Amino acid sequence: MSKFKKDGGRSTPAINTSALPDIVFMLLFFFMVATKMRDREMKIRTKLPQATEVEKLEKKSRLHYIFVGPPLDETLGTSPRIQLADAFATVDDIQTYITMENAKKDEAEVPYMTTSLKADETVKMGVVSDIKQELRKVNALKLSYTAAKAAKD
Amino acid sequence: MGKRRRDIPEINAGSMADIAFLLLVFFLVTTTMDIPTGLQVALPPISETPPENSQQKKREVLEVLVNSADLLLVEGDVMSIDKLKQKCKDHLTNEGRDPSLASSSTKAIVSLKNDRGTSYKMYVQVYNELTAAYNEVRDEYSMRTYGKSYSDLSPEREENKIKDVKAKYPKKLSEAEPVNIGVK
Repeated sequence: MSKFKKDGGRSTPAINTSALPDIVFMLLFFFMVATKMRDREMKIRTKLPQATEVEKLEKKSRLHYIFVGPPLDETLGTSPRIQLADAFATVDDIQTYITMENAKKDEAEVPYMTTSLKADETVKMGVVSDIKQELRKVNALKLSYTAAKAAKD
Repeated sequence: MGKRRRDIPEINAGSMADIAFLLLVFFLVTTTMDIPTGLQVALPPISETPPENSQQKKREVLEVLVNSADLLLVEGDVMSIDKLKQKCKDHLTNEGRDPSLASSSTKAIVSLKNDRGTSYKMYVQVYNELTAAYNEVRDEYSMRTYGKSYSDLSPEREENKIKDVKAKYPKKLSEAEPVNIGVK
């Protein structure tokens, strides 16, 4: 007559899964915060050049994007085009675009806005120089040549 | 009639995990975690008046030219891109020793000129090499004086040290106004 009588079959106790939703929610929130939605449709190809001295760009909200490269749609030819937001543009549109984008931001933030230039590596400097001139005209002086990080030798 | 007791039925939360999982998977799939990186450039503000010290002494300026065939010309000599960084570092750390290079690091200027036909890839490479030269020179100086590399200095606590390194090797990387060589 033992006190600690074993019952016949050894049944594993059910694992308590009540904390599971909490864990999953935690992961969920992490990914929601870390996610950057692809918010614009790329109309051009940008194969970025590589560089070793790249710096991380600060807040994503403080970025203007300008894309330059040959169109993905091959019927449009191969000469490089400029894309602002979702549409093709010309060099002359840059001033308006930057001004419009700046108007949406907090005024105090405007001096910190950086323009991220994503240009395909085959693009000629003529276009890039024109863009730089336009940016200087609207006083958007912080520019970043977006480049992929290359390993240092 | 009699009071009806309204019992709020307990909500079945069993499927909560499933819903959360579904959302989780969605965000997992759509996530792109690439942080944009790039070479930072400060463009000069536009001014009507021509820059004051346009008559810089020739020895202070390291002229770098990239032509439309992506060939590199440094101080009039053809140079391969892997030698550019060392040349630029020599220029910055010369301190008057070599009469053809800068007389002091605070006066040294690097002038980068490119053609409209230069490829962006080549330009970024050249710009990268020049930035690397500045970074390395600053690192070495910071290492010598503070025993810490420049990138490791904390912007909050060691502000003065950063200022000192910057004052010692100011980044005077001037880019010429775009030139139109030949037909556009």
